[in-house]
Amino acid sequence: MIKVENLVKIFNGVKVLEDISVDFEKGKTNLVIGRSGSGKTVFMKCIVGLLEADEGAVFYDNRDFVSMNFMERKQIRREIGMLFQGSALFDSLTVEENVMFPLNMFSNMTPGEKLERTNSCLRRVDLADINKLYPGELSGGMKKRVAIARAIVENPRYLFCDEPNSGLDPKTALVIDDLISEITHEFDITTVINTHDMNSVMEIGEKVVFIHDGRKGWEGTREEILDTADENLNDFVFASNFAKKIKALTT
Amino acid sequence: MNFFTLFGRYFILMGRVFSRPEKTKIYVKQIIREIEVLGLNSVGIVIIISVFIGAVITLQTRYNLESSWIPLYLIGLTARDTLLLEFSSTMVGLILAGKVGSNIASEIGTMRITEQIDALEMMGINSASYLILPKIIAAMLFNPFLTLISMFVGLIGGWLAVVLTGALPSSDYIFGIQYLFVPFYVTYALVKTVVYAFIITSVPAFYGYNVQGGALEVGRSSTRGVVYSSILILLADLIITQLMLA
Repeated sequence: MIKVENLVKIFNGVKVLEDISVDFEKGKTNLVIGRSGSGKTVFMKCIVGLLEADEGAVFYDNRDFVSMNFMERKQIRREIGMLFQGSALFDSLTVEENVMFPLNMFSNMTPGEKLERTNSCLRRVDLADINKLYPGELSGGMKKRVAIARAIVENPRYLFCDEPNSGLDPKTALVIDDLISEITHEFDITTVINTHDMNSVMEIGEKVVFIHDGRKGWEGTREEILDTADENLNDFVFASNFAKKIKALTT
Repeated sequence: MNFFTLFGRYFILMGRVFSRPEKTKIYVKQIIREIEVLGLNSVGIVIIISVFIGAVITLQTRYNLESSWIPLYLIGLTARDTLLLEFSSTMVGLILAGKVGSNIASEIGTMRITEQIDALEMMGINSASYLILPKIIAAMLFNPFLTLISMFVGLIGGWLAVVLTGALPSSDYIFGIQYLFVPFYVTYALVKTVVYAFIITSVPAFYGYNVQGGALEVGRSSTRGVVYSSILILLADLIITQLMLA
């Protein structure tokens, strides 16, 4: 479980995140939603320590991340898998080398064991026979799946995904969503996903946190989201004409 | 960003670069890779430039010493000392600052904007050390060989110019490049090369590592890296010369 308490982030005197508190539950897909520029990515980067929060605390299973020193943070980060918006695969390495990279850096496995673990992660994301390809030779969906394989190769306890569906067609986006959800339940990890894709929310959002203008606007489940009275959330959820028509038909 | 902030951030980054590596074996592999990318791939350009500069220095010296009082072998001596004292270390350093420096700044800058550096950090890897330290060590180890190659090839370039143009007898040139040879000049050139190698790699790496934005900023950081490393090379040249030759 990840607990965030009163998180504040200020850039050049402007409060980008204002007093956000939220619990992300273990074994669930926790979705952080909001419009572009609402502060979702900054929020995630503050939680994982890629940005320093100005105020507040983050607890990873009761371990205070903010007050940790550099080495302690490094240790926690080895328990975190992260899927970046653009996949962030290393261009100069093959798919196999990318997935194997964390093992090469930290594990004491034999080369054979590392290869077996790499292949099992690639099979888990339904990729086979692409070990020797470079990221530049892969489609967007394949890159995301390789990045997921790399994120889970060290058996993380926490998985963070920043806009996992960006740039993907709806069908591939669904595949990625399902994959993340399956991995979350299979390995019983705490997963936090940043998204503005309502399909993802309805598909895998077991817990949903809505961020509006740097503040927590709403928190609930995907079932509750359609009946919310929160005006900003309604504007976000029913932004498209299609969604508005569906709502009009059902009410 | 003012000068002191820039200076401070550079030294903070260097502090992270020179911290203990996560896995030495991986770093050694990276150093070997960087020797190929930054060093071996620069041999061609160093040879081409050194041959021509060696030839031009010899011919220019010949045409500027049109006096029967001056022995012809002094042309070989002048060409040799110019190559040893300045060209093969400083000029090659400036050329490498352009070639290698822009390569390093754009590579690391692109990694920054595509979140590859964040990915390294998230894995618990010291990205500054992993990306920059092997480049610095590779350049400091290999660039002295580039300088030695440049000296040797530059002298051959001078000889070729002498033979092909008949500007002076070949025997005078060969005698001149051996006459009053000071081995310390080679040491001096190699010391400068090692210092330049550190500048050529660390300064563009600093600009690449701190890129914010997109492709345009990567280009700008690359330009800044090359410009500032070139200026620092000239400054270092002045200081080392004063310290070692004065």
